[in-house]
Amino acid sequence: MKLKYFSAPYLVWMIVFILVPLLMIAYFAFTGDDGGFTVKYISDVGQYANIFVRSIWLSLIATAICLVIAYPVAFILSRMEKHKQGTMLMIVMLPMWMNFLLRTYAWMTLLGNNGIINYILGLVGLGPYKLINTSAAVVLGMVYNYLPFMILPLYSVMEKIDKSMFEAADDLGCSSVQTLFRVIVPLSMPGITSGITMVFVPAISTFIISRMLGGGSNLLIGDLIEMQFLGNAYNPHLGAAISFVLMVIILVIMTIMNQFDPDEQVLM
Amino acid sequence: MSLVLFFLYIPIFVLIVFSFNETKSRSVFSGFTLDWYVRLFNNRIIISSLINTIIIACLASVISTVLGTLAAIGINNMKKIPKAVVMNVTNMPIINPEIVTGVSLMLLFVFFAARMNLEFGFATLLIAHITFDVPYVILNVMPKFNQMNPHIYEAAQDLGCSPFKAFRKVVLPEIMPGVVSGFLMSFTYSLDDFVISYFTSGSTSQTLPITIYSMTRRKVSPEINALSTLIFIAVVIVLIVKNAIESRSQKRREA
Repeated sequence: MKLKYFSAPYLVWMIVFILVPLLMIAYFAFTGDDGGFTVKYISDVGQYANIFVRSIWLSLIATAICLVIAYPVAFILSRMEKHKQGTMLMIVMLPMWMNFLLRTYAWMTLLGNNGIINYILGLVGLGPYKLINTSAAVVLGMVYNYLPFMILPLYSVMEKIDKSMFEAADDLGCSSVQTLFRVIVPLSMPGITSGITMVFVPAISTFIISRMLGGGSNLLIGDLIEMQFLGNAYNPHLGAAISFVLMVIILVIMTIMNQFDPDEQVLM
Repeated sequence: MSLVLFFLYIPIFVLIVFSFNETKSRSVFSGFTLDWYVRLFNNRIIISSLINTIIIACLASVISTVLGTLAAIGINNMKKIPKAVVMNVTNMPIINPEIVTGVSLMLLFVFFAARMNLEFGFATLLIAHITFDVPYVILNVMPKFNQMNPHIYEAAQDLGCSPFKAFRKVVLPEIMPGVVSGFLMSFTYSLDDFVISYFTSGSTSQTLPITIYSMTRRKVSPEINALSTLIFIAVVIVLIVKNAIESRSQKRREA
């Protein structure tokens, strides 16, 4: 009995439930209702260019904010005493274990027109401001939900950087800014690239955060796809075409990220 | 650092506080009550979707663990090129956005539903969960093979073990940590998944995240706050227990 046949059940499963469904997306994207080949739906995606631009823009901002916040946090974490690191990491990651719907719902109640932030602002005579149903609220939701995805890969590379590196840089006359950009950043590059992909991919494809915090006016690619499959505008061909374009965008971005990181593949 | 912790915890803290609020107000705390918890436990939809979620997560993670472990054994014994192809396909559900995986499975199920007597519900949900769980099991088990000395399996057979016995006595203990962490990972992913379930569940079989979603779509309902509080407490307990077990086994290793 050869051991490689052990994988037979999985291979069947993989072909039927991973490969075939993905091929079906490509098939639906390039065919019409009559089953004939057409690029109509792919070109129709162009009509939604504004939604694509908004999705890319908002998720880029969210990714950048995550990086700026997570970088010092991961660094501080990695320089703590060993036995404290585990506990601290657990405290940072704990909110991530709550379902993201509940976390996003929490922000809905905070940001709402009758929410607690406007209430507190009202006590000092400010507002009420329109906080929810704005694109800023969507970015906030993305940052809140995906921040741990940035902290974790950054922390895991920084933790491996030897303390003597900083001492050496210091001895050789580096200022702390120089140490940051010439020692810490290059050494943590694999963490930066995988953190960026781990935040950017879910952020660009989200559809719940935008609906809960962005109201109706901040549709993202995810909402558009969802509307074609489960909404009133049932159109699986267009939905498949949009999903196809989304996959291509993500593939391009991951390839770009891989360029920055020659030794290691971007790990998810 | 403390600012970041403040940012991470304040929304959860506010949810917890307002789960004890007498009125439906989201800004003024008017008085203490446990009403929302009572209502939560009397809400049949929530309880049944919770049970459904647990059943799906248990089944999906057990099946995925078996399927994935067998797959990892097989993949490990493949030649270089087929191995690379299989691993690339396996990585797809992990790399692809969840919505794409969900939509692709929905297309497949719609196709089958039209031709066979298949309805969206428990079966489609379970298939979808297994599909996104198995890759995590494989990715957890595969590295254990790379760390293992391949000759010990042969040595066991040379010393008179049957291939099956050699596998059970030698290989299985070596890969067990990977199998366990793969199982736990797929179990938590199944419990937590919303996006893929949303596209593959239909109306007959709901999971807790889907129920939570439909609750947030309706008007304000403080039952969600109560539910969040309970889930938060459960998560804290699980993590503390997990940490305690890990630190104890670490101490034992050091001793």
